[in-house]
Amino acid sequence: MTMHTLSVLVENKPGVLARVSGLFSRRGFNIDSLAVGETENPDVSRITIVVNAESSPLEQVTKQLNKLVNVLKIVELDPQVSVARELLLVKVRADRAARSQVLETVNLFRARVVDVAPDTLTIEATGTPDKLDALLRDLESFGIKEMVQSGLVAIGRGSRSITAGPALRAA
Amino acid sequence: MTRPTPETLAHTARRARAAADPTLDVDQAGTRTATPATPAVRPAAATQVSGAGSLVRSLEALDVDVVFGIPGGAILPAYDPLYDSTVRHILVRHEQGAGHAATGYAQATGKVGVCIATSGPGATNLVTPIADAYMDSVAMVAITGQVARPSIGTDAFQEADIQGITLPITKHNFLVQNAEEIPRVLAEAFHLASSGRPGPVLVDIPKDVLQAPTTFSWPPTLDLPGYRPTLHPHGKQIREAARLMAGARRPVLYVGGGVLKAGATDGLRRLAELTGIPVVTTLMALGAFPDSHQQHLGMPGMHGTVAAVYGLQKADLIVALGARFDDRVTGKLDSFAPDAAVVHADIDPAEIGKNRHVDVPIVGDAKHVIDELIVAVSAERSGGRTADLGDWWTQLNDLRDRYPLGYDEPSDGTLSPQYVIKRLGEIVGPDAIFVAGVGQHQMWASQFISYEKPHTWLNSGGLGTMGYAVPAAMGAKVGKPDTVVWAVDGDGCFQMTNQELATCALEGIPVKIAVINNGNLGMVRQWQTLFYNERYSNTELGTHKHRIPDFVKLAEALGCVGLRCENAADVDKTIAAAMEINDAPVVIDFVVGKDAMVWPMVAAGTSNDEIMFARGVRPVFDEDDI
Repeated sequence: MTMHTLSVLVENKPGVLARVSGLFSRRGFNIDSLAVGETENPDVSRITIVVNAESSPLEQVTKQLNKLVNVLKIVELDPQVSVARELLLVKVRADRAARSQVLETVNLFRARVVDVAPDTLTIEATGTPDKLDALLRDLESFGIKEMVQSGLVAIGRGSRSITAGPALRAA
Repeated sequence: MTRPTPETLAHTARRARAAADPTLDVDQAGTRTATPATPAVRPAAATQVSGAGSLVRSLEALDVDVVFGIPGGAILPAYDPLYDSTVRHILVRHEQGAGHAATGYAQATGKVGVCIATSGPGATNLVTPIADAYMDSVAMVAITGQVARPSIGTDAFQEADIQGITLPITKHNFLVQNAEEIPRVLAEAFHLASSGRPGPVLVDIPKDVLQAPTTFSWPPTLDLPGYRPTLHPHGKQIREAARLMAGARRPVLYVGGGVLKAGATDGLRRLAELTGIPVVTTLMALGAFPDSHQQHLGMPGMHGTVAAVYGLQKADLIVALGARFDDRVTGKLDSFAPDAAVVHADIDPAEIGKNRHVDVPIVGDAKHVIDELIVAVSAERSGGRTADLGDWWTQLNDLRDRYPLGYDEPSDGTLSPQYVIKRLGEIVGPDAIFVAGVGQHQMWASQFISYEKPHTWLNSGGLGTMGYAVPAAMGAKVGKPDTVVWAVDGDGCFQMTNQELATCALEGIPVKIAVINNGNLGMVRQWQTLFYNERYSNTELGTHKHRIPDFVKLAEALGCVGLRCENAADVDKTIAAAMEINDAPVVIDFVVGKDAMVWPMVAAGTSNDEIMFARGVRPVFDEDDI
């Protein structure tokens, strides 16, 4: 099994996410990560899906996704030539004694403190899933009180754009 | 002539009134076109109507001549303008009947079938026929009422999220959010249902949207940027397929329902005769290639002919045209046709490679694919590249001779169901439409009736919906009123949907029903015989033992003529008597033996190599010949 990152361009209409996610569950796939947002064209949304699957059943899901009337385009992003990021917000136990050590970790990972309370710090970090895992491992020793992670978003490197097709202009 | 009933007379009167009254359908006159899939070409100027009026005007503009349905609270606004419309509404007795009738209509005519139901239970009763149409790729549009927009999501009376429920069983579905969208959504629904790989499309319309004032104008502009079916195949793939066809020693044309839907049967015959390649037609494709044609090996699959099953199994090249390598055809997939290269042509790219590895994938409409294959194969032949299929035909003909379709007369002296069905096909002839339910009678009807013409065999192939036959036959007869339509049904199936015979009697739809009454859920019983040690758990229906229901009396109660036949000597004259009656539906209760079984058979989950010709009889294949 390998991780695949799919960028799915869809019409920005109600219910489209249910159609897309329903296809995955129906074919027995677990979605590892999901992120949805508008694109530069407000009529088009972009869904980034990370899924752990063999390539042959994944091809079947991709073809089924392509059949959805509201799906405009599907591109599998090659990790070698794309940029992928997640956002992490984590609330870490940081009393006076631990605070400077926590801040040292924050600086090391080029993360930011976004909220301060007497006994906790809330930290914001963006990066690849690997980097955020490493940050979390480091912070665990202080005590993680709460955390939230976004789905992965990803974009291809170079000047080419996947949203520049004729079908998308029509949308 | 069909006997006029109060219902048909009332409709005719309304139709005449609508045509004569200039205030009705002023703009509608002349907007009808021959192709229902595309919005009418001549525009209608904007007029003030309700959402419901816009719906009915859209149906008229889409050239809909008949809809099957039942009114109810949420859809009620639509029934008011429908009362004056040129669209004939047939009031069914159960929404499932409306759905299968729309399917039967679509399969018989090639046009889009339309059914209408109200919200909640009306809509959920359509779920089975929608799933059925999805599995068999039938162009159907289902229109449902929904509770008013402010009530959606509140568990309002008769509320069901039918859009959510039908997501996995529709090609697409819509929840209409405002009345202005109605013409566009209807036009999109018909276009989606009938183009590309056909399928059911559901349009859910809230009651307040039906009541809202709006303007109707035609044609609307379709807005489907993500929908671009590929019709024309890639030339390189076609040439590669033709090259393989020219070189193969044991090729087979594996023909599926897509060939019928594409209207490609003439081309198929030309391709087959040009190449001399053997043809098998799946359950969904019977009639796509004449059963009597010497190149036809029959139906492949679980209850296919030995020659067709063996032909695919031992082929070195399978050319699949509009077929989907269904499990009932392939048997155990990893042992299916181990030596075959596969050319797979389908309009749906997702079918290609789904079940079986493909060597030459071709995406395109079967008509274009076949037409271009003919050109490419002809080029191969004029280049002198043809293979000698003589040895292959010798083997296949030998199998046809040794293992023809047949049956044993029951030893207990009961009437043989196969005999009844065989005589029905012979007496009625190849111009009639046969509609089957699901089970033993369906398989026998596929085996023992000769299908010579396209669209003369309708059945529920993918979903296997018991109860399909009576309402689908009703829909087929409405679509093809001048064609004789016979339903071949089982006593189990018949008891699921026979109430639509009341609809047929009242609406003047003289279908004929042959109930192959063996008193049991026959196919399930056959599996109990073969795989459950003859423990007949809950398959005895009592239609023999207690004659409950009495199908003759039931037919009469439903306004039909009821006949009964219990021995072979009476079969011909009973069928002849039914053929004489054209002013009312006819039901024949053929009381047949319960022990007859469907053969040949490839047991579920086993390899096609394990095909049984009869109980305990494996065909002898001379492996050295291959």
